[in-house]
Amino acid sequence: MHALAGLPTADALISAKPVDYVIIALYFVFVLGIGVMARRAVSDSIDFFLSGRSLPAWVTGLAFISANLGAVEIMGMSANGAELGISTVHYFWVGAIPAMLFLGVVMMPFYYGSKVRSVPEFMFRRFGTGAHLVNAISFAVAQLLIAGVNLYLLGSIVHALLGWPLWVALLVAAAIVLSYITLGGLSAAIYNEVLQFFVIVAALLPLTLIGLHRVGGYQGLKDKVTEFATSAPASAGVPPAEQQLHSWPGQALSGFDSPFWSVVGIVFGLGFVLSFGYWTTNFVEVQRAMASNSMSAARKTPIIGSFAKMFVPFIVIIPGMVAAVLVKEIGELKAGGTPPGGASGEGVKYNDSLLLLMRDILPNGLLGVAIAGLLAAFMAGMAANISAFNTVFSYDLWQRYIRKDHSDDYYLRIGRLATVGATVIAIFTATIASSFSNVMDYLQSLFGFFNAPLFATFILGMFWKRMTATAGWVGLSAGTLSAVLVSFLSEDGFGSASLGVIPLSGQGAAFVAASAAFVVDIVLSVGVSLVTEPKTSAELRGLVYSETPSEELVDPEERTMPWYRRTLPLAGISLGLVIILNFLF
Amino acid sequence: MSDQHRLDAPDPDEQRGQRHTAGAFDIRNFIGALLGLYGLILLVMGIFGDQSLQKTGGVNANLWAGIVLLAMSAFFFVWARIKPIIVPAHVEPVDDDAARPAPKRRPSGD
Repeated sequence: MHALAGLPTADALISAKPVDYVIIALYFVFVLGIGVMARRAVSDSIDFFLSGRSLPAWVTGLAFISANLGAVEIMGMSANGAELGISTVHYFWVGAIPAMLFLGVVMMPFYYGSKVRSVPEFMFRRFGTGAHLVNAISFAVAQLLIAGVNLYLLGSIVHALLGWPLWVALLVAAAIVLSYITLGGLSAAIYNEVLQFFVIVAALLPLTLIGLHRVGGYQGLKDKVTEFATSAPASAGVPPAEQQLHSWPGQALSGFDSPFWSVVGIVFGLGFVLSFGYWTTNFVEVQRAMASNSMSAARKTPIIGSFAKMFVPFIVIIPGMVAAVLVKEIGELKAGGTPPGGASGEGVKYNDSLLLLMRDILPNGLLGVAIAGLLAAFMAGMAANISAFNTVFSYDLWQRYIRKDHSDDYYLRIGRLATVGATVIAIFTATIASSFSNVMDYLQSLFGFFNAPLFATFILGMFWKRMTATAGWVGLSAGTLSAVLVSFLSEDGFGSASLGVIPLSGQGAAFVAASAAFVVDIVLSVGVSLVTEPKTSAELRGLVYSETPSEELVDPEERTMPWYRRTLPLAGISLGLVIILNFLF
Repeated sequence: MSDQHRLDAPDPDEQRGQRHTAGAFDIRNFIGALLGLYGLILLVMGIFGDQSLQKTGGVNANLWAGIVLLAMSAFFFVWARIKPIIVPAHVEPVDDDAARPAPKRRPSGD
């Protein structure tokens, strides 16, 4: 820390002591150590890009969760919790879990069984060049931009916590992510994600428990939220306590006035279209499952992940809610005030909830663990973006369209170069994000629009053999365009650029945009398929349900395993648990 | 839960005593070591350090967190010892598929 003493430093938000720095430094030693150790194992490009398909299901399952447990998830969901309360859990229990189970039970056999190395490659085998190019390029560009957002958030946390200037924080963070991915490739990224998962839990669980203890347990939290909601001035627009403390019908989240349409919007828009689109077609996630050691492990990856995922809201949303009643600045903000300070220095935002709660309730020591946990989460997010990017860039763009038929060593080298390139670009996109943080939010929602039509195209393509190559790219493009159109017509989908023709705003507008994309994609794909020439049955084996022998879709070894290690019983238990959770909250 | 254990057939490599861990090393030892070190530091802080009781509401949070972390650390070490990951020396290579420009696997002697 003192090596940087010559640089101008801002006032740190949190006063860390030497013991906290030791804890943070230890974490980085381990991260780099894993990179170095993983390097010994990397001997060819399959090792580098898909971890040699050798990892057990619990490792890929936790990595699956960790890859998503980045800045957006932790800061965003705790901010949502502070602002809107418990209905934020829909992102987990209605959104993520059913989609993850669907991925494991229904879609993974096609991904893993067809031995494709990326989601765009599946697109290529099923629909040919048009759909593949749309998917590969949009995915690659999106990853670079999202990696930039993650890097920016990582840098701004370092800036806020340690007082380093933002650009130093950006460079140091980028250098660390770069070094362990270039060294160890996907193995290093995945192993680090598993380590990160435990560090994140070690950071957030004590924060949650101490926070709850301070407000008098969960009952105390409820009482305080109720008290706050009734005493807050009407102009602040605080959702009524009833909506903050019960997940359904979730009007606080959807922004719909009618409870009925709120439930429909959450179940269809968020639960079905947005989340299925994200979890089942996003290569960042699917890549983790593809690295596992058998079909059975690949299918269990998202299912094992779902058990961890369903408890994440307790350590992310609850601290947000605690912060809203316990942290002075967040309380002022929620009551309509504009307290100064915060991580950005431009006033406290809901995104600062966790940081301020850490400042208020953690003793030094645990504070270091908490900071390490946040840094871990943001690095996990960025590393996942970059490791998925370099696979798609090397295999789907470079190898397929630019340099075919070179040696494996060649593509391994390209993959490493792509990692360096992506990190450098991410530093630039991070600086864009720092000056136009709203623009980056909108871009992210824009890329979210690729997922909903992608899911429509995949699901139709996997189960309807008649669907043609032309229908693939037409449906995909038209679906995305219609989502963009709905956002422009809504009140604030693209901020001030939106026209306000459709009376929808906030997260509800995103649900409707995604639903529109899904419906348009399905309708057009069916229409176009009926007038174009389908592929032959032989070409569709392993890609379409009806053309694939059912024994190719299951792992023959799985029958010999005890029930608790089989895909379907595990998925059933997970589904049961999540239904119980929905009733409880 | 490691799925490598399904290889019930006697493996010639194993008989020769060659053991390969999946992906070069066992992540469980890394997790155990890091959580263990954190646990120790927090334990020491909880006993000798500033307990900041007004922040935590009267709980010695470092002490308790340290104990739990040490227990987790022990769990990972024990798990890794009881069920070491063993994979066969030769993992089946990914089939090359005529439908795509596959990477040429290096001719490898090992």
